[in-house]
Parts: sequence; C-alpha cells; structure tokens
Amino acid sequence: MADNATGKRIGIAGVTAAVVAGGGMLVRQLRTARRPAMADGDTGDRRRDTRWLAVTVDREPDQVAPGGQLPEPLAALDDRIETRTRPAPGGKGTELAARLRAPAASRDDRARQELRAALRKAKQLIEVGEVLALDPIPHGERTATPAGLALEAVTRRADREGVL
Amino acid sequence: MKAITWRGVNKAAVETVDDPRILNAHDIILEVGLTATCGSDLHLLGGYIPAMRAGDVLGHEFMGTVAEVGSGVRRHKVGDRVVVCSFISCGHCWYCRNQLWSLCDNGNPNPFITEGLWGSPVGGCYGYSHALGGFAGSHANYVRVPYADQGAFPIPDEVPDVRAVFASDAAPTGWTGAHQAEVQPGDVVAVWGAGGVGQMAARASMLLGAERVVVIDRFENRLAQVSRHIGAETLDYTQTSVVAELKEMTGGRGPDVCIEAVGMEAHSNDPSFLYDQVKQQLRLQTDRPTAVREAIYACRKGGTVFTLGVFAGLVDKFPLGALMNKSLTLRGAQMHGRRYIPRILEGMRTGEIRTEHLATHTLPLDEGPRGYEMFKNKEDGCVRAVFRPNGDGRPG
Repeated sequence: MADNATGKRIGIAGVTAAVVAGGGMLVRQLRTARRPAMADGDTGDRRRDTRWLAVTVDREPDQVAPGGQLPEPLAALDDRIETRTRPAPGGKGTELAARLRAPAASRDDRARQELRAALRKAKQLIEVGEVLALDPIPHGERTATPAGLALEAVTRRADREGVL
Repeated sequence: MKAITWRGVNKAAVETVDDPRILNAHDIILEVGLTATCGSDLHLLGGYIPAMRAGDVLGHEFMGTVAEVGSGVRRHKVGDRVVVCSFISCGHCWYCRNQLWSLCDNGNPNPFITEGLWGSPVGGCYGYSHALGGFAGSHANYVRVPYADQGAFPIPDEVPDVRAVFASDAAPTGWTGAHQAEVQPGDVVAVWGAGGVGQMAARASMLLGAERVVVIDRFENRLAQVSRHIGAETLDYTQTSVVAELKEMTGGRGPDVCIEAVGMEAHSNDPSFLYDQVKQQLRLQTDRPTAVREAIYACRKGGTVFTLGVFAGLVDKFPLGALMNKSLTLRGAQMHGRRYIPRILEGMRTGEIRTEHLATHTLPLDEGPRGYEMFKNKEDGCVRAVFRPNGDGRPG
C-alpha cells in the first residue's frame, strides 16, 4: 500500500519494545482463558469460587428445565450443583447458570471443568438434539513434536476450559 | 483415501488417511467433486495460525455428490450434487436464528481456544485448525459434513461444478463483506485485494447498487480479471498513490465503504510494511494490518471500513485516532454463508455471478503440494488452484 498514515521508519528499539508488549498481551489473554481466577490481573478473582457459570439457550425457560427438571448431563451432577434459569433480555432465550454447591469444591479445577462441559453439552442437546462429535478425525501421520503434543493437550480439554 | 495434509510450516503432502464416518444423525458424507485452495489456507501453511497439527487435512471450499446420509438428514439424499458452506453452523442457536451463521454457538467442539483468543467461541470451519473445531478438510476423496441440512445446498443443473465450488466460500464471503458493510445504492466502494474474495466483494457491491467500485492490488493478471469478469475499476498500488487516486475519484471525499479483503499477510510499498514484517516473523505480532490502516486513512468521514480478510490476533500501530475523529464505522466478519448462498446460487444460475475464471489451475489431488506452491507464489498467473480428488484434474 503506497500511502500509509504511519509510514515512517521505526527504530530497532521501538520495534523491540512493541514486540515485547504485544507478546505479553497475547500471553496474558491465553492465561486468562486457562485460569479464570486470574482474570482480574494481580488482584486475583475473589468471587471465583461462588460465581455462576452460565450459557444462554435459545429456548423458553419451560423448555430448558421443564417442571424444574435439569437437562442432561447437568442432571447427573444434581447433588453437587445448584442451578438457576431466567429469561435472557431481548428475546435471546434462557440463561442457564450453575455452580458447585460447596465453595471448597470450586477450587477443584476438575469439578469446574466437568460443570463447564456439562453446561455446553446441555445447551447443545436442548437446541440441536445432539452433541457434535469430532472423533475419529481422518488425519495423516502425527509426528511427536513439542508443539503438536502441546496442541493435543489443549484440544483434549477444549470443551472443559474457557471463559464461560 | 488420499488427502492433502499440513505437515509443518510451508509443508503440504499427500497422505493416505482413514475414510470419514457418519458420527451424528445430521451428518452426510460427501464424495468431493472440486475443492479449492483459498488465500486463508496460506496463513495456515505459513504457520501464522498456530493451532495446526501435523497430519491435519486441509481444504474448506468444496462441492460434490452426497455419498451417505445420517438418519436425521431431511433435505439431502444419496446422489445429490451440493455445495457446502465452509463454516459449520447448527441452525438452532440464537446466532444462526439471527443470520449470524459464522458465530454459531454449537459448531465448534473446541471452544476453549477461541474463547481464550477472542473472548467468545465462533463456529467451526473445515480444515482450518483446531481453533476452529479441528474438522478434517475437503482436500480428500470424501469429507464428513455435520449439520448437513444447514450447510449443504443443492446446485442448480445449469451451474457447472467449477462455478458452483466458489459458492462455498469466496462468493458468500465477498457477499458478507458488502452486505454487512451496508453498501447502499450510489455508494463508492473500494476493495483492497483482487483475489477470489476481493473480486466477489466487488461484484456483490455492484449488485447491491454501488455506483462505482474500485479494486486495489499489485498483480496485473488479477486486476485484469477484475476489469474483464467483474466489471469494476482497478488500481495497482505499486504504480500510484492509492489514497490520492481514491480522493481524486471521489471529489476529495474518499470511498463511502472500504472493504479490506487481504488479511494478515498484507504487502505494501510503505516502510511500515518492514516494521510489520519484522514483528510478525518474530511471531510476536500475529497479523500485518497494512491494508486496514490504509483503508481507514482513505475512507470518507462517517464511512464504513470492513475487515473481511482473515486476522488472528493482535496488531500494532492501529489508527484509532482516525477511526474516532472521522466517525468511522469499523466492522468485520467471517462469512455468514447460509444467509447468502441460496441468493448466490440463483445468481450463478442466471449468469449475473460468474466465478469460473478464478479456477486458473485444476489439478488432481496428487499434485496438491505443487498446487499450493503455485498458488502461494502466484506462479503462472495462478489465482486459485482447484483440486479434483476423484478425477484426473481436468476441468469438468
């Protein structure tokens, strides 16, 4: 592009500073997604253990939890969680929220991951009637590179993590 | 079956992989007729989108024949000739119901990655990294199509395969840009990038009533295609000042709508290109926003800038001051295919939308790595290399 508003040569020091700052921002974003407890930066997230995890389901409340009956697979966690539903503003469906009954249990990452995955699956089952399957995926030879193994580790828990 | 796979940065190969299977009731298995390379594949090949695993099958723009249907499929039967939307959408969530198909809540089984990068997950896409679902791509003899009643569309008999294949991605992406940028009758529209998507954005702008459409690129053969097949004006940015030309064309105002159809690997004659290139090669800036900056600078006061090219993460030296002080509207989107594909197929049937000129090279699957090399380096005037997995590669 021939004419650019920022078209001036930038020194090496400036480049380096910007690179470091940009890289730092990206890492912070990813860390925030992996550990919602750090979303509040250095101050921590003091409500993490009691905060509701929520999805919005594009259905009326009586279709999301008819007669107060939880949808699967949340129903299987019934004795460990509390749930609430309320209409989403603007006709966006129903907000379905859940959290672990015992705040101490919320400090167990695996329990929170299981709840997060259950919420996502419940939404799919209500809206679509099935959970979208992925495996087995046709693929060529998988070489055991560090980057590939790291990506596999991420995708193995990709339905259980996130900022949900 | 055979498939073209990603083997590492700038490495593609042809490998033997397992046949796909019906996994959900709403799936079909498609025997692939034609499957096109796309400029966005080059971002994967170049390693700019890191969520690729060696062995992943590439390809997201395709058409073919239905080979098998799941028990829940209602709109398709074995033997139907269909084109498939590159984005995977359930058709039942709020975003699908509101025609924002690429934002589907249920089309991406790996929501964590894009939630981390962007704050929310987006829909899935064939052959486009584990960030967009990890689905196998279409550069293979067969491909699984989830939610087939939502994403597969019967091709009118009058439309040849080589025209129809671009109703999968290039044409609806271009249409998404022009429509979501709210091109109005009488508008002047500038489009950065004369690849398949840029050409289709220009054509869509014309069909939406734009009075003047200008496409900007540096490749003579692509600009010639714009003149001959699209009917828009052209600017070669290596030969002139784009901003000065656009100002002259518009009485000093600038274009009403500026559509950026270049993406994260933009080129420029400007010194800022070197800065962007250094940062990106160090993998510490993910995208080169060179064309976006120019679009913001060129756009008329109160106009709209639309980012249609693929961007992944963070950019630097973003002209927020121009955006704010000129009262610009900045929008972006992946393609909301289902909203536009029926209209596009009808346009292809009547002849008002023609795309076959984009397929400059049709090759058998075995020549996949060579096809990508030609496409990447723009060899022999390559605009799009298109593969015919179940044939000899000759145009059909």
